[in-house]
Amino acid sequence: MTLFTLDQAAREAKLLPELVELTEHHRANSREYARLLAALGHLPGRRYDRIADLPWLPVRLFKHHTLKSIPDDQVFKVLTSSGTTGDVSRVYLDRDAAGVQQKMLSATLSTVIGAKRLPMLLVDTKALFKNRNSFSARGAGVLGLMNFGREHTFVLDEQEQPDLDAVRVFLDKHGDQPFLIFGFTFMTWLYLYELARDNKFDLSNGILIHSGGWKKLVDRAVDNAEFRRRFTEDTGLTRIHSFYGMVEQIGTTFLEGPDGGGLYCPEFSDIIVRDPRTWEEVPVGTPGVVQVISTMPRSYPGHILLTEDQGVIHGIDDGVWPGKRFSILGRLPRAEARGCSDTFAEAA
Amino acid sequence: MTLNDRLRTVFVDALEVPEGTDVENLNYRGIEQWDSLGHMTLVAAIEDEFDVQLETEQVIDMSSFKVALDMLRGLGVDE
Repeated sequence: MTLFTLDQAAREAKLLPELVELTEHHRANSREYARLLAALGHLPGRRYDRIADLPWLPVRLFKHHTLKSIPDDQVFKVLTSSGTTGDVSRVYLDRDAAGVQQKMLSATLSTVIGAKRLPMLLVDTKALFKNRNSFSARGAGVLGLMNFGREHTFVLDEQEQPDLDAVRVFLDKHGDQPFLIFGFTFMTWLYLYELARDNKFDLSNGILIHSGGWKKLVDRAVDNAEFRRRFTEDTGLTRIHSFYGMVEQIGTTFLEGPDGGGLYCPEFSDIIVRDPRTWEEVPVGTPGVVQVISTMPRSYPGHILLTEDQGVIHGIDDGVWPGKRFSILGRLPRAEARGCSDTFAEAA
Repeated sequence: MTLNDRLRTVFVDALEVPEGTDVENLNYRGIEQWDSLGHMTLVAAIEDEFDVQLETEQVIDMSSFKVALDMLRGLGVDE
């Protein structure tokens, strides 16, 4: 099964009615969301002809508002994320939602890693799980991905130093068969790339899944193209996929295609890029603020969100997979991000 | 030992719960030991004990002792 088959027209036709239904579902089940919609002038029964016309919430609202569409006694899991500003977003899942998000993440990633759980190298440290009752956002991210592998080996020891022996043992045992590698982008570069290059490790059977962006690598002048090129040249690794996602739309994973030409939306999702001054949709090729759309969030109103990230759509139905092909360019400058969500905070 | 008993032993050992615990009625996240980390240990222990390889979907779906038992039967593990 692959979730990357719908072209843009088919995707919009499928998603629009589902998103309208979800909007009404959340309005009926979340008083807080209903108030926000009313403040935005979106009253019940309004007709929507395009996904872009539907009301969106800034992700920041999840830090200050209890946005959930399930009764308290149905809350199974509360996910939190620490944003860069320190405030914490809270996302509420019931048992169904927790299951569905795992399944959709799995269905999305299986497009590139298959259904089998492969031996897995994690570019991180076991020390993340020392305090069992409180994982960092990083720990939760690593743990979520560990389901996709087996015989997990950590690249870093508990002091966060590269564990050369552990990696060597792993590669001796599993390196001649497909294996999985996961890490945050900057850690993968700082700890795995250099280790593999310096020790002439062969990663040609690896499938690397990474996420987190390039901000921490700016001073090393590494961007996506350079990252891919150097890994391929120096370690033989060619199957490389970055992904983009956020806790406020958990389970929806925008995945980089095999050729590195951009990120794509699984078919229950879409993205829109907007001008941060006018909120109009910008043309292909013009950078702007990224809005993420997914039919998955049912236990909380996270189906249409304005992120605080800048991005650009490179093309539509012109890449290795159908739909929009895009890149994330980094965080919005803070003033702009604050400006856009304050409007909503005041309205609410 | 029957399949049911073997699986019970695996649950008790992997989740590190006391011997007499009623694991047959356990659900994922029903007790604090069966959290996502415990789940990982449990999956590895089941694979070792029954010499099977679970796929990602099966790992995600394994939400109770009963589901695990049915899954092992489905994989043809002897009763």
